[in-house]
Amino acid sequence: MSGEPTTPLGTALLVLGCPQVPVQTSIALYLINRLKKSGVVPVVAGNKSANTLLVIADPDRHYLGEVMDLDRAVALISEKKRDFDRCFVFIHNDAGISYAATMGAISKAKIFILIYGEHYDDLVKQVDFPCTIIAAKAVHNPMPLKKAIDEVKPWAA
Amino acid sequence: MGCVESMNYEILMRDASFKECRDYIKQHFKEFIDVQPGFKIFDVYLIGVPPIAIGLDADFIVFPYTKPCHGTFLLRVEDTAEAARLRTQKK
Repeated sequence: MSGEPTTPLGTALLVLGCPQVPVQTSIALYLINRLKKSGVVPVVAGNKSANTLLVIADPDRHYLGEVMDLDRAVALISEKKRDFDRCFVFIHNDAGISYAATMGAISKAKIFILIYGEHYDDLVKQVDFPCTIIAAKAVHNPMPLKKAIDEVKPWAA
Repeated sequence: MGCVESMNYEILMRDASFKECRDYIKQHFKEFIDVQPGFKIFDVYLIGVPPIAIGLDADFIVFPYTKPCHGTFLLRVEDTAEAARLRTQKK
């Protein structure tokens, strides 16, 4: 990918949820692109299916950098062996809220949560920990969530 | 999950919310401890909204285990040494 700053301006962890909602993979690639163009080094952490969807979609790694297993990422951060400047948690179910709260507790990163899916508004009500909420009703069409992200510009935060 | 998946565990709740698991433990177990996310139990770092409740009943440990696609399971595992270790965490 061209046009990236040569000196990294921080790191970001993208915590993927279950990939059953189609917008996740698309938005993850979009966010990775915007972060890289801003000089932020993105690292993806998800389960095998979520990670494989990204790896297959970007075989030459134009967008993707490091990809790791989600359990391993949680272990590394919990053990203080690694941390990030920003953390983006993808949420469309209760488990996503749990992962976001966990990242808020174990990491020093600035937490952004991306809430989407059919019942996104119910999930927003469950958030009671410090973070920046980016939310939209997006299931198959990523545009509402993309617009919400663009308004916040988390790559510049 | 590593070793927990190979353990002889009983699933008390499946596809539950973190709140349902917390409420179940506090309602059904006289003895429990509250821990923060990232607390290690067996070889698992607990996922959840703090405080995360862990139930204790003699040598049995009841704790939530979260997977992205399946929500939270409430697991019951017998382990004398781990139960003793957890009791030392009580304030």
